[in-house]
Amino acid sequence: MTPTNPSLSQADRQSGSAVLEVTDLKTYLFTRWGTTKAVDGVSLYLYPGETLGIVGESGSGKSMLALSLVRLTPEPASRIVGGQVLLGGRDLLALSEKQMRDVRGKEISMILQDPQQSLNPVFSVGNQLREAIEVHDQNLTDEQAHERAVSALTSVHVPAPEERLRNFPHQLSGGMKQRIVGAMAMAYQPQVLIADEPTTALDVTIQAQYLRLLKDLQTRTGVGIILITHDFGVIAEACDRVAVMYAGRIVEQAPVAEIFDNPQHPYTRALLESRPKLDSTATRLRSIAGQPPSLTDLPEGCRFAPRCEYAIDRCQREYPPTLSMSDQHTAACWRSEEAPWANR
Amino acid sequence: MSVRNAPRGTEPRGTPTKLDEFGQIKGRSPWRWSRRSNRTPWVSILIIAVVLVLPALLADVITVHDPLRGVLSDRLIPPAWEDGGSWTYPLGTDKQGRDILTRMIYGARISLSVSTLTILIGAVVGSTLGLLAGYFGGWIDRIVSWLIDTFLSLPNVLLALVIVAAIGPSFVTIIAIIAVTIWASFARQVRGETLSVRETEYVARARVAGAPSWRILARHVLPNVANTLIVLATLLVGVVILEESSLSFIGAGIPRPNPSWGVMVADGRDQILTAWWVSFFPGLAIFLVVLSLNLFGDWLRDHLDPKMKQRG
Amino acid sequence: MGKPLMVVEGLTKHFPVSAGQYGGKTIGHVKAVDDVSFSIDQGRTLALVGESGCGKTTTARLVLRLRTPTSGRVTLDDRDVHQLAGADLKWFRTCVQAVFQDPWASLSPRMRVRDIVAEPLIVNKKMAKDEVRERVGLTLEKVGMQRWQGDLYPHEFSGGQRQRVALASALVTEPRLLVLDEPVSALDVSVQAQVMNLLKDIQADLGTAFLLISHDLATVRYVADQVAVMYMGSIVEMGDVEQIFKSPQHPYTKGLFQSALPMHPRDRVDDLKIHGEMPSPLDPPSGCRFRTRCNQVMEVCTQLPAVTEIETGHTVSCHLYPRAL
Repeated sequence: MTPTNPSLSQADRQSGSAVLEVTDLKTYLFTRWGTTKAVDGVSLYLYPGETLGIVGESGSGKSMLALSLVRLTPEPASRIVGGQVLLGGRDLLALSEKQMRDVRGKEISMILQDPQQSLNPVFSVGNQLREAIEVHDQNLTDEQAHERAVSALTSVHVPAPEERLRNFPHQLSGGMKQRIVGAMAMAYQPQVLIADEPTTALDVTIQAQYLRLLKDLQTRTGVGIILITHDFGVIAEACDRVAVMYAGRIVEQAPVAEIFDNPQHPYTRALLESRPKLDSTATRLRSIAGQPPSLTDLPEGCRFAPRCEYAIDRCQREYPPTLSMSDQHTAACWRSEEAPWANR
Repeated sequence: MSVRNAPRGTEPRGTPTKLDEFGQIKGRSPWRWSRRSNRTPWVSILIIAVVLVLPALLADVITVHDPLRGVLSDRLIPPAWEDGGSWTYPLGTDKQGRDILTRMIYGARISLSVSTLTILIGAVVGSTLGLLAGYFGGWIDRIVSWLIDTFLSLPNVLLALVIVAAIGPSFVTIIAIIAVTIWASFARQVRGETLSVRETEYVARARVAGAPSWRILARHVLPNVANTLIVLATLLVGVVILEESSLSFIGAGIPRPNPSWGVMVADGRDQILTAWWVSFFPGLAIFLVVLSLNLFGDWLRDHLDPKMKQRG
Repeated sequence: MGKPLMVVEGLTKHFPVSAGQYGGKTIGHVKAVDDVSFSIDQGRTLALVGESGCGKTTTARLVLRLRTPTSGRVTLDDRDVHQLAGADLKWFRTCVQAVFQDPWASLSPRMRVRDIVAEPLIVNKKMAKDEVRERVGLTLEKVGMQRWQGDLYPHEFSGGQRQRVALASALVTEPRLLVLDEPVSALDVSVQAQVMNLLKDIQADLGTAFLLISHDLATVRYVADQVAVMYMGSIVEMGDVEQIFKSPQHPYTKGLFQSALPMHPRDRVDDLKIHGEMPSPLDPPSGCRFRTRCNQVMEVCTQLPAVTEIETGHTVSCHLYPRAL
């Protein structure tokens, strides 16, 4: 069954105000051991000025999802094989590579997890920042490019920007590097910014600072942010809405408070329950039995069923449809209506 | 890897996917040739087997003529398919009446044995020094690195000529000369890899476990360095064969009348225009074998590496 | 409770920073660990908490004898760890083992699991082959794996399973102290829970003491009995886990708690109490090293604060607490 974008209400769809609308996106990897369905029918949407968190563990396909949105999936092994990615109404999957290059970095941009890898160690920061600026506007003079670089750094609150431009990546801390990467991504004030685990490699005290920075950029420019993470703390701090990803598909979507207060999918519940809490003294953590399925060899029915304590026969046989709990809250689970977990 | 009742990890299974199912793909489709480049290079392997290995092993059994002494009345007979040729001497004879094909088969034995021995010596000496230098650092590293730099900049040909002028050419001499230059390549590579393996957490754990240095080198460092070592060795076989051929060509290698391919090419030098087959066939053999070894070595490198980076 | 199992006194490690082509001149020192003292009791867990660069990893390496200290002592059962040799050293190795952070890098890729697990046993004790095999099998079962999995290679397992293998390798000699350097940070959330439960079970079962290095406060709360908070090489606060979590005193500790990402969107705070970044370790601030980021900084902070015991077992190193209360 091909779910259409269920959470986008009729009215919203008609008004067309979502800045990013993804419908049934599929990205597969072809290896000699079979086809890996990294992203297997993902639908989501994003409004300007809001932050959508995508939470999942390793093997869920979330990083491939991020790469698919900007069409940077590793070739030739992987291929986007279906779906639609509408950015401001334009289908990114229908563009030629040349057209996509114009869009990438300008209208939709991305921050990767490890700032070590995003910055080239042999070039100065200024050099790389100017390159990011000049790639979309060839007519800038050196002076203009320099000005833009300085103001980009100022917008991410980097102190002494002129000096920083002369530094090399190894002279800077992780947090500083991530800011600069952020500045490069925001240089053209894109409509959508995708951040793939931007805080994972940063220190605890820097993480919150960085998320605040993203929020600040969002308030000033109205950019829509897709924040990919495995950490519910990041979700709680920075997101407006959340989508939970498991084995290549979205299993639940809801506004952030709802995800924490009233999760409707057993996987979401299990994830939330397995976190050690700062303020509790539980003696045992609840963990999830088993392992995620191999994306090369997926079961027929619900992909979480083998590990789910609420699974019934139907769960193993048929993949559940995405059901709406309320406006904006959807979950793909046969049992979400009865909610057998409610009385625990 | 055999498939057992293992936990669901990354056991390879299934057959390779066909491309046609996904018609609506946009962009390039280089998937086809990447698949081809990962295919086992059967042609190269075949060539190596047929031109180098089998003749070397079976020389005594499959040849009829004497490789060292010829029949003078049968000098410079062209290959069988040409005018004046005959199938007694399928590839013709040289100016001493010796059968080219027989000499090439024995020549394969020489090439194989010289290269195997040289690489064995070079690999053992080079790897040991590389391991010690990379793992212990300090003065050991300084000395070994200096040695590596020095030996890599030696002019082999000049050196060979000088030594041969002094003590005369022989098997042992040429093996020694080539080994002396080869060991440094091994040492450099192994040293570099050892440096990075030394910093890994599994070496740290072995130290925490209390393992002595020799055990760490033998069980933790060497096996992880072995991959690239094998690839390097494979690629260097071609280099050694070329070097032996070149040295033999100028008279500083295998002594005559032994039929090293290089010697054979040199022998035919004067008659290149009239009796082309004397130089051509051994030259062709050198070219084919070295090319095949290079292709095989490349494939080996690609084939061995990605498996290591597989994540559970 | 009796005597502590391990005592660390005045542990200091300076790394020289050299310049020049052949590493000749020494232009300064990085004081990675600066006068650190703590003790670990039998069967209990001490956590070293702090951010990257605070010296907790170096401290762990010093305790494990992977590095030699510039000054200070580490004693196990009253014996100076860094002076041991020969048979005594082997004794030490069977008593103190470690599990490291990265499950993908901490197991030799070319060794079978059973050989990895057996190694600490083989290098330190003379045992018959079947005895070794039996112990390896038992230990694998203890960490929740099955004996036949010993035949496999590390790359055939997932991250969580590899950490179990690493744990088995560390437990096979039945050590009295296990040093755990960020044992779960690289794992998925749901797998972290599994491994943490396992650690608690093992401690209950074998009575092993743990030295836990972590930057994640929630993990620490769940596993630790005592906590020492480190910043730029020194311990700024130390105490029982309840004391530290319920009433943190040092501004950095308080800031750490406040900077921790919230558990729920309603717990978002407006003001972050710690600003700026850690200064360069080559040129640390004089006196209290936290003073450049502290929102309660005073004039006197340019001098080193003394260690004050504000309640039994709870010490702070801060000018806000100049005397015991």
